[in-house]
Amino acid sequence: MSELIKFENTTFAYPESSENLAQLVFENLNLEIEEGSFVAVLGHNGSGKSTLAKHMNSVLLPSGGKVWIAGYDSLNEADIINIRRNVGMVFQNPDNQIVSNVVEEDVAFAPENLGIPPAEIRQRVDEALKLVGMYDYRDHAPHLLSGGQKQRIAIAGVIAMRPRCIVLDEPTAMLDPKGRKDVIETISRLNRESGITVVLITHHMSEAARADRLIVMSDGKIIADDVPQNVFCDVKLLNSAGLTVPDTTALLYELNELGADLPLKAVSVSECAEVLYDYITKGN
Amino acid sequence: MAPLIQTQQLRHVYSAGTPFEHVAVDNIDFSAEAGEFIGIIGHTGSGKSTFIQHLNGLLKPTSGQVLFNGEDIWKIKTRDVRFQVGLVFQYPEYQLFEETVFQDIAFGPRNMKLTEEEVKSRVLKAANVVGISEDLLDKSPFELSGGQKRRVAIAGVIAMQPKVLILDEPTAGLDPQGRNSILDNIRAYRDATGATIIMVSHSMEEMAENVERLVVFNDAKIVMDGQPSNVFSRADELKNMGLDVPLVTEVFLQLRNMGLAIDSSVYTVSQARDLILSMKGGKLRA
Repeated sequence: MSELIKFENTTFAYPESSENLAQLVFENLNLEIEEGSFVAVLGHNGSGKSTLAKHMNSVLLPSGGKVWIAGYDSLNEADIINIRRNVGMVFQNPDNQIVSNVVEEDVAFAPENLGIPPAEIRQRVDEALKLVGMYDYRDHAPHLLSGGQKQRIAIAGVIAMRPRCIVLDEPTAMLDPKGRKDVIETISRLNRESGITVVLITHHMSEAARADRLIVMSDGKIIADDVPQNVFCDVKLLNSAGLTVPDTTALLYELNELGADLPLKAVSVSECAEVLYDYITKGN
Repeated sequence: MAPLIQTQQLRHVYSAGTPFEHVAVDNIDFSAEAGEFIGIIGHTGSGKSTFIQHLNGLLKPTSGQVLFNGEDIWKIKTRDVRFQVGLVFQYPEYQLFEETVFQDIAFGPRNMKLTEEEVKSRVLKAANVVGISEDLLDKSPFELSGGQKRRVAIAGVIAMQPKVLILDEPTAGLDPQGRNSILDNIRAYRDATGATIIMVSHSMEEMAENVERLVVFNDAKIVMDGQPSNVFSRADELKNMGLDVPLVTEVFLQLRNMGLAIDSSVYTVSQARDLILSMKGGKLRA
């Protein structure tokens, strides 16, 4: 696999303003996102994870170093359209991302702006809505949908551009459990079945556990980068970064603190139940 | 004595008489006593936000009553009820508007026509409850971090010293540390004043760790109301309503399905740990 996004000694500082001093977010950061991967990014508020995400489709530009996106240098203004065709972004608040009164028109907004012929737009919109499971709602008014449905419309709007990568910045923060589940399942399916690279910024450990790579940021630095099961094993590191582990891992960890020797990698409910079943019924 | 706050046959219909007519709250009887810490869960559109907006008179019932200390809030001075029943909206930090943190927190108490001395004392107390240090009081609220802004917004309501504090998803979008510290602040306010707390949240783990009573909304009605252990033991029903049970409860339900005779009304990590500990005969080290 080759890298789709590459941070090369990237430094970013928010510039000085009348109210605030210049604020360094990260310095000499190096990171590669492989094409086709599902990467989750965790970190406390202010850790720099959203700033990182915004570099991935040139919403923010590095103050030092480079960010390469699908081979384009993000500092090269002439390539900005090419970059945004390759990497689409979905934000936290579904209400801030919807522009039209009809679902399918909303999804057609980006391809229309790309100057794609109408017949192909029709096809892309239908395909995108089917991919996020919202095709039946194509003639509905977006503002009457639930938060989870609106986020799936926002995702469809990005998919209709046929990007190679979607970056989602806390897409489920405002959703109820059902909406959260639908959005995360949609994202994983797009990654698995359509090979779209996914970068998911989140505060939810259970969502991060679904990724195949988990990056943890703290104070602008990457402090962990591994498969989620391995990252969650380091309970102390996560706690020191102001984060928690999923309650499954927390339970196994607490039992270990009392003298048990259980594998912390059992993050999913079924893995955790199996470990505990063996522990309760056997041994001792 | 009448409950502190109560609804009787409360019903709210949006856009009545139009094709968009929608019953958001349907004949709800609810009451809360002083000092209770109550959680409300329900999927988007289940009626919980409409419901809480009735409790301090932001919405007027289509029919039925809201009683505060036994009195219909629409028959007494509704404005005074709003000082007694404080409501913190979702993402309250978007509502900060004053020039300094102090002024923002002082807005509520000033509306109550308190003396400037009393206002100051309340602002300091409220800032203290939410962990906003005094050196931040002269700053612009917009210079603060997201978590700090949220705390300032909550302090603005706490400064009115409401008898009932209602919070709509107070921890949404915060990291785990931020979530825990807000919840600690809320509990501290309850413990110090004996106020009733009513909190809406989508996080079952958060409910499990904090509330003593859990109310479940579904299709404009209250369908469950009880201790978290009772509510979470009805996992299948909750899932059918688009809700969840805490992760630990899921694990214990699975253990039962695997044939283990185990109490599945467990919902926090420490309960689970203690239960396993007791099954192992009280000590883990072989």
